[in-house]
Amino acid sequence: MPVNETLSQYSDWSYTTSVVVYILAMVFFLVEQSFGRHGRQAAERTRSRELVGAGTGNRNTDPGNRNTDPGNRNTDPGIGNTGSGNGNTGPGNGNTGAAPTRAERFGRMGVALTVLGLLLHASALVLRGLATARVPWGNMYEYVMITCFVAVAAWLVLLRKHPVRHLSMFVLLPNVILMFVGGTWLYAVAAPLQPALQSYWLIIHVAAAAASSGVFLVPGVASIFYLIKARNESHPEKFAKFAAKLPAKDVLDRVAYRTTVFAFPVFTFGVLCGAVWAEAAWGRFWGWDPKETVAFIAWIVYAAYLHSRATAGWRGNRAAVINVIGFAVTVFNLFFVNLVTTGLHSYAGVG
Amino acid sequence: MTPAPPQRTDKADDPTPAYRATPLRRAWAFVRNTWRGLTSMRTALILLFLLAVAALPGALLPQRSVNERNVNGYLAEHGWWGSLLDSLQMFDVYSSVWFSAIYLLLMVSIIGCLVPRTSDYVRSMRSKPVLTPRNLRRLPHHERAETSDDVDAVMAAARKRLRGWRLTEREEAGGARSISAERGYLRETGNLLFHFGMLGVIISFAGGALYSYEGQVVVLADGTEFCNSGIYNYDSFEPGLQVDGTQLNPFCVRVNDFDARYRNGQPVAYESDIDYQSGEDLTTGTWRSHHLEVNEPLRTAGDRLYLLNHGYAPTFTVTFPDGQSRTQTIQWRPVDQQTYLSEGATKFEEPGITDPAERRERQLAVTGLFAPTPSMHGSILSSAGPQLNNPTVAVDIMRGDLGVDSGRGQSIFEIDQSMVEAGRLERVARENLEVGQSLTLEDGTTVHFDGVERFVALQVSHDPLQNWVLASAVVMFAGLGASLFIKRRRLWVRATPAGGDGQPAGAADDTAADDTAADDTAADDTVAGDGAADNTAAGDTASGDTAAGDTAAGDNGPSERRTVVEVGGLARTDQAGYGEEFTRIAADLLGRK
Repeated sequence: MPVNETLSQYSDWSYTTSVVVYILAMVFFLVEQSFGRHGRQAAERTRSRELVGAGTGNRNTDPGNRNTDPGNRNTDPGIGNTGSGNGNTGPGNGNTGAAPTRAERFGRMGVALTVLGLLLHASALVLRGLATARVPWGNMYEYVMITCFVAVAAWLVLLRKHPVRHLSMFVLLPNVILMFVGGTWLYAVAAPLQPALQSYWLIIHVAAAAASSGVFLVPGVASIFYLIKARNESHPEKFAKFAAKLPAKDVLDRVAYRTTVFAFPVFTFGVLCGAVWAEAAWGRFWGWDPKETVAFIAWIVYAAYLHSRATAGWRGNRAAVINVIGFAVTVFNLFFVNLVTTGLHSYAGVG
Repeated sequence: MTPAPPQRTDKADDPTPAYRATPLRRAWAFVRNTWRGLTSMRTALILLFLLAVAALPGALLPQRSVNERNVNGYLAEHGWWGSLLDSLQMFDVYSSVWFSAIYLLLMVSIIGCLVPRTSDYVRSMRSKPVLTPRNLRRLPHHERAETSDDVDAVMAAARKRLRGWRLTEREEAGGARSISAERGYLRETGNLLFHFGMLGVIISFAGGALYSYEGQVVVLADGTEFCNSGIYNYDSFEPGLQVDGTQLNPFCVRVNDFDARYRNGQPVAYESDIDYQSGEDLTTGTWRSHHLEVNEPLRTAGDRLYLLNHGYAPTFTVTFPDGQSRTQTIQWRPVDQQTYLSEGATKFEEPGITDPAERRERQLAVTGLFAPTPSMHGSILSSAGPQLNNPTVAVDIMRGDLGVDSGRGQSIFEIDQSMVEAGRLERVARENLEVGQSLTLEDGTTVHFDGVERFVALQVSHDPLQNWVLASAVVMFAGLGASLFIKRRRLWVRATPAGGDGQPAGAADDTAADDTAADDTAADDTVAGDGAADNTAAGDTASGDTAAGDTAAGDNGPSERRTVVEVGGLARTDQAGYGEEFTRIAADLLGRK
């Protein structure tokens, strides 16, 4: 089937527009993060809950306090005195009637813009697929596109359950960088697939790999924040301003753990499907191709993360470091292995 | 490391005999401590990291098992550094001593972890849920209410609500009764399955290295046959450690044609029609046809046949001055996988020369480049695309001693450069030829470029254990899912007849049963992904404060017969998110809406 140039052109425009919208959303989140007191207040609220929670175990996952509606999360600006902390767990915490602060409004607009960007991002993917009459993940540009899509979508899902919206900028930032790199250096014109890729396993294997890599971005970022927060707690003079705006360590830890636990089986599934496909395409299910090797390393690192959380003395900081390493290996696998080494997975279509 | 035996300085008449560190005991202590150290989670973690680090060079450096030519290129380029890396087995990472040592240690560690875990698991599957703690209020999840139902009714309702949980009911002092319930046993099942599955993958993978073989062969797509009868039929052959090449599964293949389809210069399909015979067909001579494609191997006789690549084999006819001619079609090797610019050497011997010395002076080789779609840069030939579109060769005709009788093996794609350097093989012509064109040497010999044939690069693979790898991997994956997504949690219900004080017995005590529950949680810390259960449990609690405040007990009139119902919950897994489920169940049990 021939490539539909018009649709492909629309896809490219859609892609570019979504990057621009993400950047705009980042600006809004930056305003919320920097100029609003919301970030600090939200952070302090999770911390004061932790203090109270030591006695009652009261956290924001319980239905009484977990208000996914952004309006409910708003701390009354009048309270201000969050230092006392205890008032926050009281029934007055809801503040459903209070008008949102300006920063709060910026944050919400940021979310709205991110959703808009995600829709454009989705249409870029769909149009690319329609233009080429195949799944839109056949070269590195398209792979980066779908990985970033999954990362942003995963973050939006997390926002519904965890009070981390004011950190959105830091998730969007690596995404925008990746998409920029994808759209400029890695860009490949819409083209049909080479014979080795013409298999239904492409749909399954690459989708699983992209989905897990995208989701792994979230625990990677959360773990970096965890380390900053932990550093600040042991040395209050370090990151004093920034750490004050971060949520409590255990919120970050929970976000990292839950997303990793979701992505790890997906990643495992992707690797297993890859092995089944390799058996049909290359004559062996495992051959230590560079991509396979680094995927194996990433798998081991994430397995170590899960084990470290169950090992005395390895929880907390060490687990967070391992998670960051895992994400670094994932990025390494995407760029270094595709662009620098040559192997059977050299489908980047770059150059 | 042997711990120092305790030094006893007591009087000689001490009733306990002094501990004497006999060599035997020391040895035993050493073995025991080594085993404990090796099977601890910390060691397993460190081994996992070592494995990850040890695997890395394999991704950064060329590997013999993947591409021997790249390794030789690297060695030639990097001098002493290359040979140092080579002596460290950096080009055979996955069969190196150090890599094997790490994964063997890891396997021992896993087995050492699995054996006790399995027996614990069997025991826990048989045992009843743990005793109800005396003070449910101390649990991370706790709710309490009074009801006008009697104890029996409360218990019956609780049993009904807790269907699917493992339950035991106990009588307690003062007419109270309690239910201990536990759920999520499949988590540990999954955990064990995952690790046993992984062991299965490792063992069958290693077994495959013993009994597998893999051979590559180039076959012209003009009806040429190939038989899997011996390793000499292959261009290259990698046997497993236990394969000597005499027991290959017999089958034969005839390659009838090959077709590559392109769109805008991009390949979109490679396919080849073949006939094959295996098993009975070999004796009856029956051929079955098969359409061979990339991603669609032929599976027959326990082996797999793959279409890996394709290429071109130019046909040359050399007509010697005496009128005799020889025609050969030899595959040339693609040097560019995009444009299929190929290189090769087609070698000829002049017929009718009996004197070996003279023969060695008159051998001919047609060597150079082949371009399916020629593109000339001056007089330099390159290829603009992989399709046959006025195919052209740029050849050097070499005459002299090809060195084929020297006893050294030589590549079919190259001439022996040492013969050229020694001046025994000389270039006698250089020209570009299109199909149908020919060139004439000084002595009247003509070289005619007749045309081009296609060849396919086939691979035969055999791995009797790969289905076991797949089965183990499926078990592993199912186990992983169960161990990550099933949550293990406990729930206790106690119904106490409200006897005036409205306070169940021992509410304020710090009791032994209470400690048991807490200890169990701590014991879980060795379970992958189950750690930090205690602090999570604390984090997931429902709004216990409010609940307790709402239903403050003790101020009810004694006229009505009432029962105090208490519900306690404990998540036994990391980040379980038990709070919501607990609140739901507690609301049902306490009759709240």
